[in-house]
Amino acid sequence: MAKQNDFYRRFSRNWSGLVGLVFLILLTAVALAADKLYPGSPLQMVGQPMIWPFSDAAFPLGTDRLGRDLAAQLAHGARISLMIGLSATVFALLLGLLVGSLAGYFRGWVDSIVMRFCDLVATVPPFLLALVIVAVLGPSTLKVALAIGVSSWPPIARIVRAECLALREREFVLAAVTAGMSDLRIVLTQVLPNAMTPVIVMSSILVASAILNESSLAFLGFTDPNTVSWGIVIGNGKSELRTAWYIVMLPGFVILLTVLALNQVNDALNDALNPQLKDR
Amino acid sequence: MVTLEVKGLRTSFFTSSGVLPALVDVDLSVDAGETLAVVGESGSGKSLTALSLMRLITDPPGRIVGGQVLLEGIDLLALPEKEMRAVRGNRMSMIFQEPMTCLNPVITIGDQIAEALLMHRPISRRAARARALEMLDRVRIPDPHRRLDDYPHQLSGGMRQRVMIAMAIALEPRVLIADEPTTALDVSIQSQILELLSTLQKEERMAMIFITHDLGVVAEIADRVMVMYSGRTVEQAPVETIFDDPRHPYTQGLLGSIPDPLRRRQRLSEIPGTVPLLNGRPSGCSFGPRCSLVSDLCRVQVPPLITIRGVHVVACVHSNHRADLL
Repeated sequence: MAKQNDFYRRFSRNWSGLVGLVFLILLTAVALAADKLYPGSPLQMVGQPMIWPFSDAAFPLGTDRLGRDLAAQLAHGARISLMIGLSATVFALLLGLLVGSLAGYFRGWVDSIVMRFCDLVATVPPFLLALVIVAVLGPSTLKVALAIGVSSWPPIARIVRAECLALREREFVLAAVTAGMSDLRIVLTQVLPNAMTPVIVMSSILVASAILNESSLAFLGFTDPNTVSWGIVIGNGKSELRTAWYIVMLPGFVILLTVLALNQVNDALNDALNPQLKDR
Repeated sequence: MVTLEVKGLRTSFFTSSGVLPALVDVDLSVDAGETLAVVGESGSGKSLTALSLMRLITDPPGRIVGGQVLLEGIDLLALPEKEMRAVRGNRMSMIFQEPMTCLNPVITIGDQIAEALLMHRPISRRAARARALEMLDRVRIPDPHRRLDDYPHQLSGGMRQRVMIAMAIALEPRVLIADEPTTALDVSIQSQILELLSTLQKEERMAMIFITHDLGVVAEIADRVMVMYSGRTVEQAPVETIFDDPRHPYTQGLLGSIPDPLRRRQRLSEIPGTVPLLNGRPSGCSFGPRCSLVSDLCRVQVPPLITIRGVHVVACVHSNHRADLL
């Protein structure tokens, strides 16, 4: 218990991390309540086109060129964007943890084969890889998440491998072998729990970059056109960039804030989980 | 039947510069309720013997190349790895020198003990936790209810070693191997841990192999002593015999290098030189180069283990030479 209290204390000492966390909680709440706040499809025409923000009380954030409520689109878009960010990270974590722990724990030829494969994936720019995967599989929310996850696991695998290489030499692993544990059990119950700190820190960054990647894919039209995400709103608004720049600006600003918040939370996590930096 | 009997155990390292025999014909036996102390300097093969018994030699480069390890009559060296895993921690367990590093830092001690139980017994998590609590009480950790959810870093060194002992004996093993379990602890804690170990051992009727280089500890805990040098057994005898009538010059040297608290400004005798490296062992008796009694015969022939008076065996051609210890 003391360890957990310590964690909360160190995390909350970082005020910008706290602000980021509060922002993310609010954002998640808006995303979850999108159906209540803005019932019906956000892609429905509800008013005059091109209403500027703060000029009509019915549409506080204005409407786009088809008269769709931007506030509704952003709220519903938060759902898709956050979901893709999270599920892409889960995919990347699963792959990275699997590959990294295999390579780091078993070493030898397993390590060589698996890490060469990892290097191979890492040589392709992640965004291009995701683009190709979506182009081949076809755009749907799940496939986009999968594509982003598949293109961003190598850094996780590298971190996990490095941690496992160090941890497997620790005496408590020998003690676990002496106690009769199988390799799988040792990896799951002894090694990986000790390797989680950098992985947790890394994954908040991954969520941020997944959201950015999703926006880029959506901007290029490589997502499901029947859904709304922040990237799609930007993509839709790009043709009016000169006359109604707010259509692109608003979702862009939300993305900026979200990524910033995730980065701040990442910093705070890093401070709170890293005992060496305890008294900084 | 003797609980654990080791016959002619040989472990070698296969390196690019050739095969290096690390353990040569190690024989030992321990019975239920008995403690065998394995004594020797660093590099004499004590820990390697322990790891060989548990079949934990890293391969490559190491491999057990011969001999038998009979646990209640079953040869462990012939078991498939999966069955060996069921032996480790269950019928034969081990405690290590460093209680600081042998516990997993991110798991509570209660969960670590429970995990060891769940691995070998078909019991519920709840029952395992109850048993973990009982074990903490048995190793005399004060306030076990509160300690159960502590992380290792919240405990002192002595307490951590108690937790290690609790984990090792939770499954009521037949053999407990203790590899210098008190070396990292300060003296007052040392004697507490030794007392705890011997009490538990008597209660559980375990056979215990106690590895140490501290002869004071040997006097306190052992029934019999095996002295190792350079991967071989050089002398084995009941503990009183080792202290009163050591016959191997190496044993005599070890005993001569203990300070006597009653004599002040005493010049300690030492054994000149160090244990030979694995790839630099001399021909004949490997203690030869450091021995004051060395003769031509010692340089040609490895002295065989000979029995003098029943339970006292020694591998030295000069075993009739009595040491003048004091």
